[in-house]
Amino acid sequence: MTDLTWIDEALTAARPQVVGALLRYFRNLDTAEEAFQEACLRALKHWPVNGPPRDPASWLVLVGRNAALDHQRRQSRHEPLPADEFVSDLDDAEADLAERLDSMQYRDDVLRLLFICCHPELPATQQIALALRVVSGLTVKEVARAFLVSEDAMEQRITRAKRRIAATGIPFETPGAAERAERLWTVAAMIYLLFNEGYSASSGTAHIRTPLCDEAIRLARLLLRLFPAEPEIMGLTALLLLQHARTPARLDANGAIVLLEDQDRRLWNREMIAEGLVLVEKALRHGRPGPYQVQAAIAGVHARAARPEDTDWAEIDRLYAVLQQLQPSPVVTLNRAVAVSKIHGPAAALEMIEPLAKPLAGYFHFFGVKGALLMQLGRAEEARIAFDRAIALANTPAEAAHIRMHLDRLAKDSEAQGGAPPPAPGRAGRR
Amino acid sequence: MLYAVLCYNLESVVGAWSKEKDDAVMARHGAVMQKFADRGKLGPVARLMPTTTATTVRAGREPIVIDGPFAETKEQLLGFYIFDCDSLEEAIAAARELLEETGALEIRPVQVFWPGSGVK
Repeated sequence: MTDLTWIDEALTAARPQVVGALLRYFRNLDTAEEAFQEACLRALKHWPVNGPPRDPASWLVLVGRNAALDHQRRQSRHEPLPADEFVSDLDDAEADLAERLDSMQYRDDVLRLLFICCHPELPATQQIALALRVVSGLTVKEVARAFLVSEDAMEQRITRAKRRIAATGIPFETPGAAERAERLWTVAAMIYLLFNEGYSASSGTAHIRTPLCDEAIRLARLLLRLFPAEPEIMGLTALLLLQHARTPARLDANGAIVLLEDQDRRLWNREMIAEGLVLVEKALRHGRPGPYQVQAAIAGVHARAARPEDTDWAEIDRLYAVLQQLQPSPVVTLNRAVAVSKIHGPAAALEMIEPLAKPLAGYFHFFGVKGALLMQLGRAEEARIAFDRAIALANTPAEAAHIRMHLDRLAKDSEAQGGAPPPAPGRAGRR
Repeated sequence: MLYAVLCYNLESVVGAWSKEKDDAVMARHGAVMQKFADRGKLGPVARLMPTTTATTVRAGREPIVIDGPFAETKEQLLGFYIFDCDSLEEAIAAARELLEETGALEIRPVQVFWPGSGVK
């Protein structure tokens, strides 16, 4: 066997569980990570010869734990031990250990590992960076690239974040039900943030960063495997899958944004959509709707429409109404307004978003939607003002370019009319 | 003799495969399928969705519906069906009809389905 990628894949997949278990054992994140590293090195040495162990995670926990203990012993006694002594009888030990490693404990281990990355004092981007490094096992270089900062800067950020976690103390006691639930929501929110960072980058030149989305989906599935009966975790996983399925159609060949209604739906990833829809259905059976489930259901309505005109906007409007109740926010109202514009026309939608002007004064999408509605109403001058504001607030060049396209269209329209003044609102209503 | 071949692997690994890797694996499977199909000896083949999409109907005094895959190791896999259902609810209803006093039925959506060449 010369191709060792299968080992790499197995190590990456086992990482959250193994680092989580080692963290419980050593109560120190750096020790846990080093022990995992050491176990990986030994896996690379032993697995190609002996084949993969039946339970890679248990093997890595055992080897990593022994390696770290050995290291500690050596440091305290200054007497070396034969390095492979305990590796030789691994096969027996493995079966034994696999028996003893309780899956419930693993569950709390992984959850704890994810949870400490969500330290409330850490800014969101640092939480995400830390999770990518510690849980997903991305190298500092890869994380730095994802955030478009230098490797040194990212190294510093991660070190600082870890120091803060160590200073606060890691919660090691087995969580009670309420605490476990709270950890779960915190972690779910972090995974959602990670996805959004990739789905619509908050800064930098790339508008979509697929690796971050892929990683978020991987973590969501991991969480769902640990909590298979949590409808909101089903909803979260479904939401990410349904959104990410559209990625191949969201930018054109030049990297310009393609709006949902203009996307080539044949490019959507059907397998992701199918999996997402199944999860939505499973979640809704519980009759305990939550924000992730409802958002996933909305994404599901879009995914089911073969053509934009097939979209069930009334259902989307109804779902946004539920979301407004569950999680009132100006952004939700803004999104609902888009559905309202499809059902009742742009004037009704504009009226709906009027009260949002203040809370969303710094929000790119508010001015994008407002400009588009005004444009539909033929209020070109007001539309131009809204679009100018949107450009000023754009987070990425692609967002700015997209708005500029609208402005160009407005300019062309007014040229075609021989520079005539913008049409009166009354006339536009009949368009 | 008809044989069923059941595929097992670590989902966390397979789920993280790159598209290239996944395509390469499926190409290998495709070659085997083709070989049997050419001789009219390929039955239906299915690739299942991840276990996160699974629902299990377990026997009890009252059958219970559980989210997630069948996870016990006490029972053995004895057979399988493929139904075309309009909803998960319909699949659950079918499973209830099939359920014995003991045991369980795991319902897993099929991601990709090849009807095969048909077998005699």
